Amino acid sequence: MENLLWIFISALLVNNFVLTYFLGLCPFLGVSNSLETSFRLGLATTFVMLVTAICAWILNTYVLIHAPYLRLICFIVVIASTVQFIEMLIKKLSPALFRAMGIFLPLITTNCAILGLAIFATNRGYGFWEGIIYALGAGVGFTLAMVLLAGLREESELSSIPKLIQGTAMNLIIAGILSMAFMGFAGLFSST
Amino acid sequence: MKKNESYEEFIKGVWRDNPVFAQVLGMCPMLAVTNSAINAVAMGMATFFVLVGSSFLVSSFRNWIPKQVRISCFIIIIATFVTIADYTLLALVPTVHKELGAFIPLIVANCLILGRQEAFASRYPTRLAVMDAVGMAVGFLIALLSLGAVREILGDGALFGVKLFSVNFEPWVIMILPPGGFLTLGVILLFFNWFKFKKDEFLDDVAEAERRGS
Repeated sequence: MENLLWIFISALLVNNFVLTYFLGLCPFLGVSNSLETSFRLGLATTFVMLVTAICAWILNTYVLIHAPYLRLICFIVVIASTVQFIEMLIKKLSPALFRAMGIFLPLITTNCAILGLAIFATNRGYGFWEGIIYALGAGVGFTLAMVLLAGLREESELSSIPKLIQGTAMNLIIAGILSMAFMGFAGLFSST
Repeated sequence: MKKNESYEEFIKGVWRDNPVFAQVLGMCPMLAVTNSAINAVAMGMATFFVLVGSSFLVSSFRNWIPKQVRISCFIIIIATFVTIADYTLLALVPTVHKELGAFIPLIVANCLILGRQEAFASRYPTRLAVMDAVGMAVGFLIALLSLGAVREILGDGALFGVKLFSVNFEPWVIMILPPGGFLTLGVILLFFNWFKFKKDEFLDDVAEAERRGS
């Protein structure tokens, strides 16, 4: 139980996917211009992460034992079809939610945080529950980073910033400072 | 004429439409592995191989791939090349492979590669597609190398593992840690913006002068 808690906190804060591993930077820099959308995208990503973690565990346990070199191809196909499937499911069950998520759902396929999650969980030999908790931590961590950057960007729109630094350059420097702040969590625990 | 065309596609990726500095694509591997110049070169070479190989294959098959399932086809082609690159690096340079770790399989999710297949390789003849891929990959390699070199020099006082300074040099450790990646790339982009800004200003001045003259 304690182990699971550490996995969660580690994925959420200490080894935050975006700010420490640099995964999922495309949506992080691309879609973080409003607080509302970045929160929604974070939730959708967390959901896909959870499903992927379960699928990856099933694949690892039953299929890939016999053919480890097919791992990458299997994972990417599974992720792409999961996203497609979830998209259809949401469209059928809750059209309102589908409209709210809009373009973000298909974009999740090319989010490297999802594939990264599946690969990291496999490399560390996580079991079923560990994998789920890890996915949850990573997803919430992703949402947290998105929301933090979006909040800062919304604030910065109200202040006068030199034209030269506006855009990606400023976002990267903000992200650097956020990342520095998150380094402070590294002292939370020492055992890896 | 034909030679010029290929050259045009090549130089476009290296400078004008540089995937990192101009289009801000492929950021994840860009920041994650550039804590030393060696890693940056290994990553650049792996991406080069994958991008050129899959561009060649995609553009050769472009008339046979059905429109509806093209993205899945591209992804599978890319994933195959990445698997080859992964096992080759493991066999040839195990230490570098260990350093790069999970980021080699993650080349699959590099939006730069999928973007080139979708935007270019699936629409143009093989020769142009390969030239475009080579140009983009070289541009990506240059970007990786410049970021990796800056971070290694500032954070470790070395370049390609060779110490550049005397023992009195105090390494700026933050540069090889995650925040350094964001900050360095931010400053490089700032420099590029400044460059573009100056150029626009210059062009405006020229236009203004011409208008006055005529």
